[in-house]
Amino acid sequence: MTLSAALVRERVRGTILERIGDTPLVRLRRIDAGLRGELWAKLESANPGGSLKDRAGLWMVMAAEVEGRIGKDSVVLDATSGNTGVALAMVCAVRGHRCALVMPDKVSSERRRIARAFGAEVMLSDPLEGTDGAIREARRLAASDPRYVYVDQYSNRANPLAHEHTTGPEIWSQTAGRVTHVVAGVGTSGTVGGISAALRPKGVRVVAVQPDDPLHGIEGWKHMPTALRPAIWDERVADVHMVQGTEEALAMTRRLAREEGIFSGPSGGGAVAAAVRVAREESGRIVVLIADGGERYLGTTLWE
Amino acid sequence: MSVTVRLPGALRDAAGGKTKLEATGGTLRDVIADVDRRHPGFRGRIVDESGRLRTYVNVYVGDEDVRTHGGVDAAVPDGAEVMIIPAMAGGR
Repeated sequence: MTLSAALVRERVRGTILERIGDTPLVRLRRIDAGLRGELWAKLESANPGGSLKDRAGLWMVMAAEVEGRIGKDSVVLDATSGNTGVALAMVCAVRGHRCALVMPDKVSSERRRIARAFGAEVMLSDPLEGTDGAIREARRLAASDPRYVYVDQYSNRANPLAHEHTTGPEIWSQTAGRVTHVVAGVGTSGTVGGISAALRPKGVRVVAVQPDDPLHGIEGWKHMPTALRPAIWDERVADVHMVQGTEEALAMTRRLAREEGIFSGPSGGGAVAAAVRVAREESGRIVVLIADGGERYLGTTLWE
Repeated sequence: MSVTVRLPGALRDAAGGKTKLEATGGTLRDVIADVDRRHPGFRGRIVDESGRLRTYVNVYVGDEDVRTHGGVDAAVPDGAEVMIIPAMAGGR
């Protein structure tokens, strides 16, 4: 059995998981004023788990189910700094699976608490090692106990597949085929890879954005030159690669709230800041992914 | 006043490839300045132009988050361990 949008829809019918996807697309009328291109924001915070990661979380669990990898003693496992953890915990709660997550200690704690609220077990890894330390710990756990079903968002093809079959087609239909560019940050690279597979054959230009420094504040993005390289990452999926500084990303995150009424996390601000640079140079309908909402960062100094 | 400073992998390039080093200073500001003398540019990765800790950097002295203890003015006792970590993490 192969995974398809129809199969996923059938399996989640009548549950909260049915509400994953079909997120709003909103014009950024103030931020794009005076630019050559129009900016449109896809608000992934509208997913029930509060982030873009609901899509990959759902598809990765569905893939494991369809492949027969989840038995009654199984524990779905992944390394995550948060949003994927929330998504997996929510999906596992609905599907009746146990869920365990490895997160770096001392990162913003909201997501850890939310994942626990959904019943997941959260294990903390060395804060100095960041997400890569969490990945190494998850690999170690998976190798030590066969009950763990390590979904591994960095290597799992169901991650980009979710975006190829849902996010990409939604953008195409919401713009009536008039989308010219999609701008998205790179973390696991699932979003940019999946959207690229869906929309590049239709002539849409894909812009991938990374943080400009290994130590950055754009939650969820990866500085690829210095990080563990995700197996699913392929630079060729993007037409343009850009880098984004944290301070400008945070400033744009605040502008989104004050000028557009969109309460975003730092990565949404980072993606919009990069998209503004595209829109200065190029005309068209530029779609930007806003990966999550600002509520998840109330424990940080972002809003002070 | 000798203290140990531990750095995340993401800051290794700012301190000559090291993730653990010795430094001196009675406050976090002094400790950062001491490391910056040996590794110019280090300070700018941790604090912004106005001298405050960058939003996305958390610093612990022992188990205490310095943001609740005066930020860069936080006292660093002799022998303490100063841990600098990313407040957010990459790759979700």
